[in-house]
Amino acid sequence: MAIRQGRYTLNLTTRPSILGNAAVVGKTEGEGPLSAEFDHIYTDDTLGEISFEKAESTLQREAIIRALDKAGKTPADIDYILAGDLLNQCIGTSFGIRELGIPFLGLYGACSTMALSLGLASVLVDAKAANFAVASTSSHFASAERQFRQPLEYGGQRPPTAQRTATAAGASVVGCSDPNKPCVEAVTFGKIMDLGIKDANNMGAAMAPAAADTIANFFTDTATSPADYDLILTGDLGIVGSQLLKELLQKDHNIDISRNHTDCGLLIYDIEGQDVHAGGSGCGCAGSVFNSYILRRICEGDLKNVLLVATGALMSPTSTLQGESIPSVAHAVLVSKPQNVS
Amino acid sequence: MSTTGKEYNEMTKKASPPSPKVMDILKAFLIGGLICAFGQALNALYTMAHLSETEVKAAVPVTLIVLTAILTGIGVFDKIAKHAGAGTIVPITGFANSIVSPAMEFQAEGRILGTGAKLFTIAGPVIAYGCSAAVVYGLIIYIFGLY
Repeated sequence: MAIRQGRYTLNLTTRPSILGNAAVVGKTEGEGPLSAEFDHIYTDDTLGEISFEKAESTLQREAIIRALDKAGKTPADIDYILAGDLLNQCIGTSFGIRELGIPFLGLYGACSTMALSLGLASVLVDAKAANFAVASTSSHFASAERQFRQPLEYGGQRPPTAQRTATAAGASVVGCSDPNKPCVEAVTFGKIMDLGIKDANNMGAAMAPAAADTIANFFTDTATSPADYDLILTGDLGIVGSQLLKELLQKDHNIDISRNHTDCGLLIYDIEGQDVHAGGSGCGCAGSVFNSYILRRICEGDLKNVLLVATGALMSPTSTLQGESIPSVAHAVLVSKPQNVS
Repeated sequence: MSTTGKEYNEMTKKASPPSPKVMDILKAFLIGGLICAFGQALNALYTMAHLSETEVKAAVPVTLIVLTAILTGIGVFDKIAKHAGAGTIVPITGFANSIVSPAMEFQAEGRILGTGAKLFTIAGPVIAYGCSAAVVYGLIIYIFGLY
């Protein structure tokens, strides 16, 4: 049963396990450095659908079905699915999973959704409110562009601070503790932070304060330091946000994470070669990187414990047009190697 | 002591790489110039083909618009524009692209409320304020013409 540790952190005493995980991605992501890690790479970003929204739904459903398959479960075994995406009213998720027949808890955490859904799914399993729960999320470059920015074929220029929304989906199946599977030890849900950044083309900068706050709270609550973890993995801060996160943690909290920090937005693309400016973003960025490359390394014992801190920018095109700043949130999930792996 | 919004704004400015302005301007100048030179060449070509001056004035922009529409349709225009910036936006090519790209994008929402309604989402403000500016300019000319 979850025990509150410090002000913000939940210690999941039963250590729920991630029984199965999957990541499916689009063409550009499949051409990136993590190409060999993904469960499936779609070479056509429409996924054979008539709209990009439908393509995103298919992407997320595919990640869930593959994760269930790897966990040896069927939708009928699952008590809850916790999921969300970037599209208005989360249609990427709801249309994608409507055939699955699993009680659905829709989440909106923007790009923090993977940590939010995984954290909540783990809390439910830890509390014995669910035997099995699925956490999943997706994003699609084209569906995000048409909702948040310009038509795909519009000839505009993007500043160097802009990030590319990943066409990707990731899903985890969480169940009771299994000594052969990675486990979720603790969760810290974050507060909304806003230091006044208004530039929707610099979301890394908007989200870094949220990540810094959640990470600092986690270390305070658990009385640990960065040296106690093999990896601190932020969601999608990209180049600019990662730099600002390190500066903020050093300046405000005297915490140095420069030795063991990396960011999913930096891992998913070859930043220079694929011309993605400041890196990757989107719910599926953290969702797919965590559910492939990172979980594989945790399963192999190569990484003993990883603090996943997915970050989300909570603005909308309307708030941006109205000149509002960008509120952000970050949620942290501590995932450790399987007990039986040394 | 936690960072204030003002301090963070400064930190963000320092951490954010600026756009490569010199290169951007140079590329905009070269590609924009090429488009204009091409327009001029078309002008000469149509004149040689014995089109009247009025016909040439219509035929040159129409040619550029059609070419832009084709390049936008086959997904090439945005790749050129990524480098050219204002070089492709300022000539009539930018206007054509701003109409064709939403027309393609919003097909999924249907011909009327998709393509039809969204056709002018980018070009609309240009048309509205362009016409308004023309009215003001016309008024100025009219007033000066009175004396």
